[in-house]
Amino acid sequence: MKTTETPAPRPAESGAGVSKTDALAPKPDRRKKEGGVLNVFSHGVLIIWAIMVVTPLLWAVMTSFKSDSSIFGSPWSLPDKLHFDNWSRAWTQANMSDYFLNTVLVVGGSLIGTLVLGSMAAYVLARFDFPGNRFIYYLFVGGMSFPIMLALVPLFYVVNNMGMLNTIHGLILVYIAYSLPFTVFFLTAFFRTLPTSVAEAAFVDGASHTRTFFQIMLPMAKPGLISVGIFNFLGQWNQYMLPTVLNTDPDKKVLTQGLVQLAVSQGYKGDWSGLFAGLVMAMLPVLGAYIVFQRQVVQGLTAGALK
Amino acid sequence: MQHGKYRFIVGFLAVPLGLYALFVVWPFIQSIYYSFTDWTGLSPDFKMVGFDNYTRMLHDDVFWKSLQHSLLFALVLPLVTISLALFFAFMINVGGRRRKGGPVISGVRGSSFYKIVYFFPQVLSIAIVSLLFAFAYNPDSGAINSLLRGIGLDHVQPLWLGDPSLALWCVMAVLVWSTTGFFVVLFSAGMASIPTELYESALLDGAGRATTFFRITLPLLWDTVQSGWVYMGILALGAESFAVVQIMTTGPGGPDYSTTVMVLYVYQKAFRDGQAAYATTIGVALLVVTLAFAAIVMRLGRRERLEF
Repeated sequence: MKTTETPAPRPAESGAGVSKTDALAPKPDRRKKEGGVLNVFSHGVLIIWAIMVVTPLLWAVMTSFKSDSSIFGSPWSLPDKLHFDNWSRAWTQANMSDYFLNTVLVVGGSLIGTLVLGSMAAYVLARFDFPGNRFIYYLFVGGMSFPIMLALVPLFYVVNNMGMLNTIHGLILVYIAYSLPFTVFFLTAFFRTLPTSVAEAAFVDGASHTRTFFQIMLPMAKPGLISVGIFNFLGQWNQYMLPTVLNTDPDKKVLTQGLVQLAVSQGYKGDWSGLFAGLVMAMLPVLGAYIVFQRQVVQGLTAGALK
Repeated sequence: MQHGKYRFIVGFLAVPLGLYALFVVWPFIQSIYYSFTDWTGLSPDFKMVGFDNYTRMLHDDVFWKSLQHSLLFALVLPLVTISLALFFAFMINVGGRRRKGGPVISGVRGSSFYKIVYFFPQVLSIAIVSLLFAFAYNPDSGAINSLLRGIGLDHVQPLWLGDPSLALWCVMAVLVWSTTGFFVVLFSAGMASIPTELYESALLDGAGRATTFFRITLPLLWDTVQSGWVYMGILALGAESFAVVQIMTTGPGGPDYSTTVMVLYVYQKAFRDGQAAYATTIGVALLVVTLAFAAIVMRLGRRERLEF
């Protein structure tokens, strides 16, 4: 049997990706013919999907360095020279710096709020017996399966009536509220796994419940907080639906809605290279955070579904 | 540990629960109430109209189209995504070659590399992914058609998002692209917890890879697959499909409403057409569809739980 299942070589547009993944493919093993063919096949399929995942991203990076005419004229050609001006233009003229700052403020505030409030609620629900405990727990957890869209229409008017439409703090509070279901679910399970003896010892030594929580339990829960924190960071950084509805002031836009608006707006007509630079700028922080913390990201994301 | 217990509990729960009730639970309840009114959302006045909105919905062609598309999303997307992910995860974790003296089953070389790369799209905002693919799909100067021209397929130049019969599939393909990696990682984690003795004895009995997959891996992974299915279905009915359809397709949900989905229709009715009450009615329908979907999957997927 010959190794005919070797996948057809892909076009050279993502040369770097191909050579890197190709190096990982095993050479056909003559001694175990069947296994060898199967291995080439499985590697082939895996490599093709890897290329399919990486190509659009590399293409975006490449395009962000090209001039407008070559973006439309020859989408796959390499840039004639590296147009770094696309990046500086996007950053300054296309308001990317403002969107970035808004996103950092909103996500920073919501992330801290989500972790503090989520862990407080989860701690109480996990460690204390009181009437209504189960009800509150399921009330929180049930939120994970609500279609958010249904609540969005009245939510708009709730936020409006409180005078918090188009404000950073309004958006922060709403982000926190919508992040609580998963956070409480995840951290409740986590607090249950922590040993009770330490907390009891602290309590016997005269620490109040509050102090026990902040000085003993919270530090012990650090791994769980990191996992759920990164999960929330990604979700809140990428949030699109909530700001689209609650935040229509051009000055307060966050990255995702800012980019979408740039893409459709007339005022930005023509500067596609700048838009691509903006897209890549918005991708980098999350891809970076993911690569650094990928173990915790995976833990955080899989915990919910595996439990 | 009784001293001051209730004061502490109330103190710790008040703020999170208050925020959650105010911004999530209360709007949720309100929206069901509003669906029985004629509220426009523009003025504070409204009156009860009973089931009028529901009757109107049943005679609304666009609603039926959006329902049809949403159901297609909820059926096709999990099926494709989860099948692909199961296949990849099995290849990555069990597809490796047997090495002399090594473990009976092993992942392919570079398995952690694949897992990291496959996950990339999952961390990107669906809004950014949608923008990127909207460019790629552009019929004249987009990357995909230009690639087709490059390999000599000049006559195959679809309009992609501009073609009513293709647009919906283009949009779905983007969601498959962006979510498969998550399930690969999820199923990999599940497969890692299956004891290797089970594989060893199966291999001793002469089982091939397909048999191993269908007789060992899939049954033991069933719970994860099922919850993944529900999770994906909820996403496909809700937030994810909103962003892709709203950003990628033109006009009111694609050419000739060919891509409109229920979430998008809710959004348009509420925030574009000033028909807040009718929007919440469609929202209620969406809730019913979501719950029914989850219930059906849980029911059809129920089988004896395997302990290992």
